[in-house]
Amino acid sequence: MSEAALVGLFVATVQFATLVFLAALGELIAERAGVLNLGVEGMMAMGAVSGFMVGLETGSPWAAFFAAAAVGALVGGLHALVSVLLGADQVVSGLALTIGGLGLAAYVGRNVVGERPETLFTDLGIAGLADIRWFGDIFFNQPPVVYLAVLLGLAVWFVLTRTRLGLALRAVGESAPTTDAVGHSVMALRAGAVMVGGAFAGAAGSFLSLYMAPGWTEGMVAGRGWIAVALVIFGAWRPGRLALGALLFGFTLALQPRLQSFDIELLGVQVNRISPALLGILPFVLTVVVLVIISWRYRHRPSPAPAALGLPYRREER
Amino acid sequence: MIACAGADLRVRPGTIHALLGENGAGKTTMVNVLAGVYRPDAGEVWVNGQRRQFYSPADAIAAGVGMVYQEFRLVPTLTVAENVVLGAAPRVLRSSEIEERVAELSAEYGMAADPTRPVWQLSMGERQRVEILKSLWRNASVLVMDEPTAVLTPGEAAELGATLRSMAEGGRSVIYISHKLDQVVAFCDEATVLRQGKTAATVDNLQDVDLTALAEMMVGTSGGGYVDRPPPRDRGPEVLSLQNVSALNDRGLPALTDINMTIHSGEIVGIVGVSGNGQKELAEVITGLRRPTEGRVTVKEQDITGASPGDRYRLGLAYVPEDRLGVGLAPKMSVVDNAVVRSYKSQRRGLMLVVDRCVKFCQTLVEQFGVRVGRLGDPIAGLSGGNLQRLLLGRELAEQPAVLVAAQPTRGLDVQGVAAIQSHLVEQRANGVGVLLISEDLDELQALSDVLLVMYEGRVVGEYPPDVTPRSILGSAMAGNPPT
Repeated sequence: MSEAALVGLFVATVQFATLVFLAALGELIAERAGVLNLGVEGMMAMGAVSGFMVGLETGSPWAAFFAAAAVGALVGGLHALVSVLLGADQVVSGLALTIGGLGLAAYVGRNVVGERPETLFTDLGIAGLADIRWFGDIFFNQPPVVYLAVLLGLAVWFVLTRTRLGLALRAVGESAPTTDAVGHSVMALRAGAVMVGGAFAGAAGSFLSLYMAPGWTEGMVAGRGWIAVALVIFGAWRPGRLALGALLFGFTLALQPRLQSFDIELLGVQVNRISPALLGILPFVLTVVVLVIISWRYRHRPSPAPAALGLPYRREER
Repeated sequence: MIACAGADLRVRPGTIHALLGENGAGKTTMVNVLAGVYRPDAGEVWVNGQRRQFYSPADAIAAGVGMVYQEFRLVPTLTVAENVVLGAAPRVLRSSEIEERVAELSAEYGMAADPTRPVWQLSMGERQRVEILKSLWRNASVLVMDEPTAVLTPGEAAELGATLRSMAEGGRSVIYISHKLDQVVAFCDEATVLRQGKTAATVDNLQDVDLTALAEMMVGTSGGGYVDRPPPRDRGPEVLSLQNVSALNDRGLPALTDINMTIHSGEIVGIVGVSGNGQKELAEVITGLRRPTEGRVTVKEQDITGASPGDRYRLGLAYVPEDRLGVGLAPKMSVVDNAVVRSYKSQRRGLMLVVDRCVKFCQTLVEQFGVRVGRLGDPIAGLSGGNLQRLLLGRELAEQPAVLVAAQPTRGLDVQGVAAIQSHLVEQRANGVGVLLISEDLDELQALSDVLLVMYEGRVVGEYPPDVTPRSILGSAMAGNPPT
């Protein structure tokens, strides 16, 4: 295997990591506020198609990126309306969002299949660092969305742990009645978290259609939304671990299409004969392993999962 | 439903005001109106001379009303400091800064509380202090405390009394809701008595009234005492025993240490103690919901230490759990389904349940135990506490058990409910059932039990005959100092 191929693998790892990290970061915000949103896949599809279409129309990748975020927020708002304000089952509403979002994206994008926009995100080399051998290409010569994701990760961590808003969000994810009793609006916190989470998922979708696989085809999100949902659990609902998990999951995603070209033996197994499909389930297997570890390690203290995750709240019903 | 109809409550600054009343008298409704949780259909709320309308808890907090609910409203995974400032925190949090400020506040009112610890590690008394600190942090001028001593040891209760007094001396008012009359008289200055949602009486100086008069105001008529058990009789054979039993609680800490007890056919053994001293774990170890780390449990001299709850039931062990609507009964299932859930095996034909037989079984239970129900197919969640308990007790007794473990069987019931459940327990004793009665109600325990065991921090610290033991001795045993 050539050096260039290896660097290419890690460049792709960082990009796939960015894709699932952005979406998972949004889901983390919603889940820390106590709302499970299984609609990530659908919100990403809607973000991908709308981002691509705005890109075609305006030629500006940033306009496309933020439009996708706005569409993601709107679609997430639908989940907020149904499951937070009306108190319907979050699992049902989230699944409906995925199925409906995928279908709607296919419908909206039916006339732009196969087209290419004029301007895509271009790689942005960071002066002085981009020229470092290997590391320069992997970490410092990437599209701006990669750096933005890092900044957003830091921002989410800061807001969650160091601000009044973050304290309220964490509290509402643990116990809605408590948060209500101290005068925070449960509905506003949760709906806001779900919409911001949707914006992150939509933006992640547009990163896919504007940069990673420029264009729009039905089914292009290809299960990455579900990987993001799994990643939140894998990261034990913490932004820092989420970032590490994103790199690991990103690696498996980047390796999948390249597996065939790895003519090496690992632990007595010819790597290029492993089925890529098998590699595709690795994130989910790892997530289950983490779940088992969590339930064992936290058997005598509160689990890191938000205690009120999935529970709707109505005030008069105590 | 009208829970409060024309109730009046006036509280002066700098006083501790008791709000008295039986269960269902409207205390909780009144409190929820004050806290902004319920909106009153009629009537007005005035705070510090201003008429207020509360549309949400935030409005009540802004008006200076601080609430300490019976079930604490705390986030277990957050620290003490985070819980205290939640809802009134600076925009950007520096944990060292808020921890320091919370520490200062707790020192000012003489309440020991480590602001850096997560709340799930705290005792009930400490959690209550966090709740009070929350109100002080918001500078509440009125503090409402709902049944504040229910979860405290006598020592902690006395400490609470001192804290409340120092708050009143600082010009704040405290509304103290309770039906523990002795504490009300010890802690409070004035009282308002609620009965059936109306103000039945107000007392300007609690030092001038005696307990009996106060009790009469609450129930309307005097009397309503406890069922008396028939005189002691010869004990039958042993039906339940625990030998050197130890167990851990949910947090992995020792909850029971070296417990030894024996219950015979035809006797009621009462477990005395402030809740949280291992009673819950004791019931769970006996019924098979918790695995002991050491020791043996036997029913009718058969070792059941590793047996499943179902096997124990079939051996003759019945259980009325503390958590009626949760552990005891399934809220969304129908009356019939809940009634047969223990003994469904006898209503089967082949693999199928025979619906007619289930309904008939349920009807017999309902009639025999005087359960007031609507339709038998309705979800059970609509029944009152007393009717739930009658049905639960009936279900557990339906197949003539040898042992009954009853945890807090009369808690929260009205006078009639209490009497009904107690007479069933006494009747079972007469039928030769061995009863383990876990309760917080000393009067009940003294009236019903043949022998009292006092639990403190997971140990049995004393065994007393119920009739001749003075309260003071039981009280000091409950606080961990059994007189020798």
